[in-house]
Amino acid sequence: MIACRKVFTETLLKLARVDKEIVAVTTDARGSVTLDEFAKELPLQFVECGIAEQNAVGISAGLAHSGKKVFLCGPACFYTTRSLEQVKIDLAYSQNSVKLLGVSGGVAYGALGATHHSLHDIAVMRTFPGMNVVMPCDARQTKKLVELLANYSEPVYIRVGRAAVPDVYEDDNFEFTFGKANTLLGGNDLTIIGTGETVYHAYQAGLMLRQRGIEARVIDMAFIKPYDKDVILKAAAETRKIITVEEHSQCGGLGSIVTEAISETPVPVKIIGIPDENVIHAKSSEIFAYYGLDKTGIFNAALDFLNWNTPLFIKT
Amino acid sequence: MKIENLKLQSERNRKRLMEVVYKARAGHIGGDLSCLNVLTVLYFYMMNIDPDFPNDPNRDRFIMSKGHCVEALYVTLESRGFISSDIVDTLGEYGSVLAGHPTIDIPGIEINSGSLGHGLSVGAGIALAAKMDQKTYKTYVLMGDGEQGEGSIYEAAMAAHHYQLDNLVAIIDRNGLQISGPTEEVLSLENISERWVAFGWDVKEMNGDNIEDIVRALKSIDYSNHKPHLLISHTTKGKGVSYMEGVVKWHHGVPSAEEYEEAIGEITERIIVLENSKSI
Repeated sequence: MIACRKVFTETLLKLARVDKEIVAVTTDARGSVTLDEFAKELPLQFVECGIAEQNAVGISAGLAHSGKKVFLCGPACFYTTRSLEQVKIDLAYSQNSVKLLGVSGGVAYGALGATHHSLHDIAVMRTFPGMNVVMPCDARQTKKLVELLANYSEPVYIRVGRAAVPDVYEDDNFEFTFGKANTLLGGNDLTIIGTGETVYHAYQAGLMLRQRGIEARVIDMAFIKPYDKDVILKAAAETRKIITVEEHSQCGGLGSIVTEAISETPVPVKIIGIPDENVIHAKSSEIFAYYGLDKTGIFNAALDFLNWNTPLFIKT
Repeated sequence: MKIENLKLQSERNRKRLMEVVYKARAGHIGGDLSCLNVLTVLYFYMMNIDPDFPNDPNRDRFIMSKGHCVEALYVTLESRGFISSDIVDTLGEYGSVLAGHPTIDIPGIEINSGSLGHGLSVGAGIALAAKMDQKTYKTYVLMGDGEQGEGSIYEAAMAAHHYQLDNLVAIIDRNGLQISGPTEEVLSLENISERWVAFGWDVKEMNGDNIEDIVRALKSIDYSNHKPHLLISHTTKGKGVSYMEGVVKWHHGVPSAEEYEEAIGEITERIIVLENSKSI
């Protein structure tokens, strides 16, 4: 098990040793982002902005404007609120190709409280024209993502967590294409779609359901924007029920994306996420369990959902 | 370009500015007029730019942080050959490529701006990239004085000092008025010079209503002193149109037909004098 943020910066350091146009920018967060090694080894490709996120986004925009391949790294909670306007205007609107890595996203900071949580970031980031949003789920996918991003010409927001996460992909033999989702388990009884760290739990819940004889299709929706609409439409048509699982507000995130995608051909969707409240003070794993984002919660929700026989929409 | 020619160019840009704002029935004419001289000197005298190669990697960069004064930039870019008059004439029309704030769709415009307090950070990033690449281009950022209320400016001021960005020139268009009234009544800014000196900047003051003094101040900059530079450009809001000068309602007022004719008359008189000047 390894934290995605660590894989991200280790991969970035390897690339930056060869590609001198790569620049890492941070805001007194080199420790929490795990950029210490990068800063020591490549000081000329490292920019420290101090605790000043607005300026860090602006400086990153200026560096990218001049041809640098900029990776701006810091806590997701601050970059997606304090400096949101700079992200909107200086990155998305001005199309400065900065890769904004938001670490310790969602409820990763646990009991530190709502100041440090980012449960709104998908909702806001995906509404900016020109901005891309990705939430990798494990180490191997994160490594592939960094390699994909280094030469990607548009701004991208990447959200990862804080703790070490188990592998979803057990070898490197998987597709990872910009805007495409991966189907981890096949099945036609219902579909479970996760993104980021909930993908592991969705996959485990899918395996548990299998033991009950329920064939759940499990999809890893790492790409939030652009997202894979085809895979959602296909899942809706073939499985007729969809559960979404996200470490994010139930408003505006993955659940919203799925319901928007199928709005003209609707099927029931259950959105598992954080309700419109400040979360309980607890460890992130405990918060996951409390709101049903872990494998047990998803498993139970799936059983409940399958027994929901109200024919809201009649198959034709 | 000689001083007298710069004066003439600035007055021609001023006349064109009046035409454009009058036709579009929109614009921030007061602040346009106060910064027009500085734009003229930058684009016709100071900056290393080529309208045929607007993306030349070695060009000097200009960031219009006070983006609401974009009309002044449009007429300057037009007269400098970056955009055609046909394009500028579409300002205010349905579907025009021109917005009421700068956008990168226009050749010569580096970033989209309009929300205040963004330009200095982006300019600092561009200047930092020049240092990394050992390039000699300069970055100029024009800010408003009302804009100085935005806190992000002071984050950028700290960073520019920390990285010794002596290739960065910030200019404050100190016309003394913002939309609600005098800056010192809305939120006092003085002493601007002492504040920026305290941030470690090389601060100079100039009379931004006077072409000679703008040239003097810009030429006096030492681009190797390891300090970022601030020029406080003391100007008159509405400069060059007598009834607009120092009157807050012209922040974004649009002249009536009579007012328009009066303004064009005043500017045309000055243009004739300059055209007949022996030194041109």
